[in-house]
Amino acid sequence: MTLAAPEPLADVYLPRPARVEEVTPLTDAEIFFRLRAEEPGMVHGLPGQFLEVTVPGIGEAPISISSSVTRRGHGGDDWTWEMVVRRAGNVTAAMHRLAPGDRIGLRGPFGTHFPVDSRETRGRDLLLIAGGLGLVPLRSAIQYVLDRRRDYGRVTILVGTRSPADRLFIGELAEWAEAPGVRVLETVDTASPDWDGHVGVITTLLPRVEVDNARTTAILCGPPIMYKFVLLELHKLGLPDARIWMSLERHMKCAVGKCGHCQINGRYACQDGPVYRYLDIARTPEAIG
Amino acid sequence: MIKHISEPELRAWVDSLLEGPPVYAPQARQGRFAFDRLRRSADLRLDYDVTILPPKKYFLPQQETLVRFTREGGFESAVEAEPFVLFGIHPYDLVAINQLDAIFARAPGDAHYLTRRHAATLVVLDVETVSEHHFAGGLGQATVDGNRDFDAMLTRLPDGSYVAEARTEKGRTLMDGLADAPDAGPESLAAREEVWIRNRKALRKHRLTMAPERIPELLADAHDHPIWEEKGALCYSCGACTLVCPTCYCFDVRDEWNPGLADGERVRTWDGCMFTQFAAVAGGHNFRKSRAARYRHRYFRKGKYVWDMIGEIACVGCGRCIGACTANIANPVEVYNRLQEDTP
Ligand SMILES: Cc1cc2nc3c(=O)[nH]c(=O)nc-3n(C[C@H](O)[C@H](O)[C@H](O)COP(=O)(O)OP(=O)(O)OC[C@H]3O[C@@H](n4cnc5c(N)ncnc54)[C@H](O)[C@@H]3O)c2cc1C
Ligand code: FES
Repeated sequence: MTLAAPEPLADVYLPRPARVEEVTPLTDAEIFFRLRAEEPGMVHGLPGQFLEVTVPGIGEAPISISSSVTRRGHGGDDWTWEMVVRRAGNVTAAMHRLAPGDRIGLRGPFGTHFPVDSRETRGRDLLLIAGGLGLVPLRSAIQYVLDRRRDYGRVTILVGTRSPADRLFIGELAEWAEAPGVRVLETVDTASPDWDGHVGVITTLLPRVEVDNARTTAILCGPPIMYKFVLLELHKLGLPDARIWMSLERHMKCAVGKCGHCQINGRYACQDGPVYRYLDIARTPEAIG
Repeated sequence: MIKHISEPELRAWVDSLLEGPPVYAPQARQGRFAFDRLRRSADLRLDYDVTILPPKKYFLPQQETLVRFTREGGFESAVEAEPFVLFGIHPYDLVAINQLDAIFARAPGDAHYLTRRHAATLVVLDVETVSEHHFAGGLGQATVDGNRDFDAMLTRLPDGSYVAEARTEKGRTLMDGLADAPDAGPESLAAREEVWIRNRKALRKHRLTMAPERIPELLADAHDHPIWEEKGALCYSCGACTLVCPTCYCFDVRDEWNPGLADGERVRTWDGCMFTQFAAVAGGHNFRKSRAARYRHRYFRKGKYVWDMIGEIACVGCGRCIGACTANIANPVEVYNRLQEDTP
């Protein structure tokens, strides 16, 4: 073991200056942002990756990229990112007070991405399953897939939300459903009087879709509890663990594999995650829940 | 360059070093020992058994500034370090530093740690007084063996004289003041060898019943062992074991305003996986909610996860955690021996 010769090392903790370009509330607790870097040098990142967003004096929080690199000039280039932030604590609450023009900081993108451009998905049927805020990173994958529609087989998108008031990207859901060979199914856990759609947890949607288990790759994004139940159902459908991908949320501080907060057993979810192939973590204790 | 020097020569040399960059060295503090800035050679305690905190604090300080920010959203890196000498590091603490070197150099490298590390000159000191809890011998870390990164090494011989060896260019520069001292002859080198043999045996206040390489294998099968529940149930989640550990490096990051609120600093502070909220996420989920899960994580991290990453056991046998734990559950030797007993 020899210590590498001293060389000017980039400071991986240094945020780059950026500005808030657009702020649009989506629900009572979630706000859509478009952010713009003030200097060149970053890349957009792929679906499933995340950025560390700084509100100066408050702190930093990992937030998923919700836009797609396939939409250059429309939120997907190397200086703009779209995100949705739920108010959860200090930093996210401070983000909710941001207005267009405000300065923030960005680091990243970090982490692994959904296999949108690989043998895992190209030419195959895709089953994309989003629970709650999981739709935010999955939107990036959906945009990517729809922009390269011919690269994939049938696309089925399942979206579960707690209640109709919590639904995100309502307009886009309708647009996605219009795309050729795309099915979008939605459910809410608890209905309101004006809701005439499906009611029930997300697994109740699965019997309503046709899944060719030999041709299908599933991508899941949602809370740990959703994974437990959806995995059971996917196994019943005969989907192998090697064809199931998911994003695991952890407490993340540094995003560079040092601080230890995101550790899942021996893995650092900020570096070799947050997106994992289920086969690779199925036997890792602590991974799901 | 290997010199043989008397105690007065050593003190005179250390005094001459004090005219240069800061020297940090073991000194007496409230009946125990601590690394601190050395002001005069008389304060140097080369007979210390173990320091309260390990010397990692000079590379990963308890609190350090990572980035300076302004209210308007300007950011500036705070990577900075002046040359310094870390004098009198016991071999097991050197091993821990070298492990942190490897971890912080892993891509993406940590410029804050590495810059400080490159600014340091490391002087290792063979153990003279064995502490109540030293067990580095069983882990092969009682003396500097194998390929380690340090600049000079000092060993006190039984007759009270010292052998001083330079290992790098930095070490040779540091030992410039000893240029006129005699080279160490075969006798003093043989005496040094004896010290090493003695220390490998003596630093075994707790006896590990297996070869250290066996630890990762034992852990691989021990996820559901009852010991985690038994001992974890007694844990106060105070984090003392992590704070005194030379190989622990988990940290927290937070922003602090300067007076006037026009600007401030993003600071990194030590954190520990034994604290209850360490793995909690927004929405109320905690990935290591139980004390047993956190207790287990610590031993897996020491005995397996770091091994998987850099091929070394992240327990060096300093015994600090054993002394720091109020619940009396932190002895790694007890944990690993128990797993060995229960593994067919
Ligand atoms: C890879 C990844 C992608 C994410 N994407 C999004 C997203 O697109 N939109 C969104 O709204 N949220 C997202 N989150 C969650 C978001 O990072 C947390 O809500 C946020 O960090 C909480 O910080 P805070 O300062 O607002 O809360 P705090 O005041 O710090 O604490 C509130 C709660 O959040 C927990 N927490 C603190 N820091 C983190 C952390 N870094 N990660 C997770 N939990 C934490 C605390 O333990 C506490 O329970 C993502 C998290 C990860 C790991
Ligand atoms: S977030 Fe710090 S190690 Fe992953």
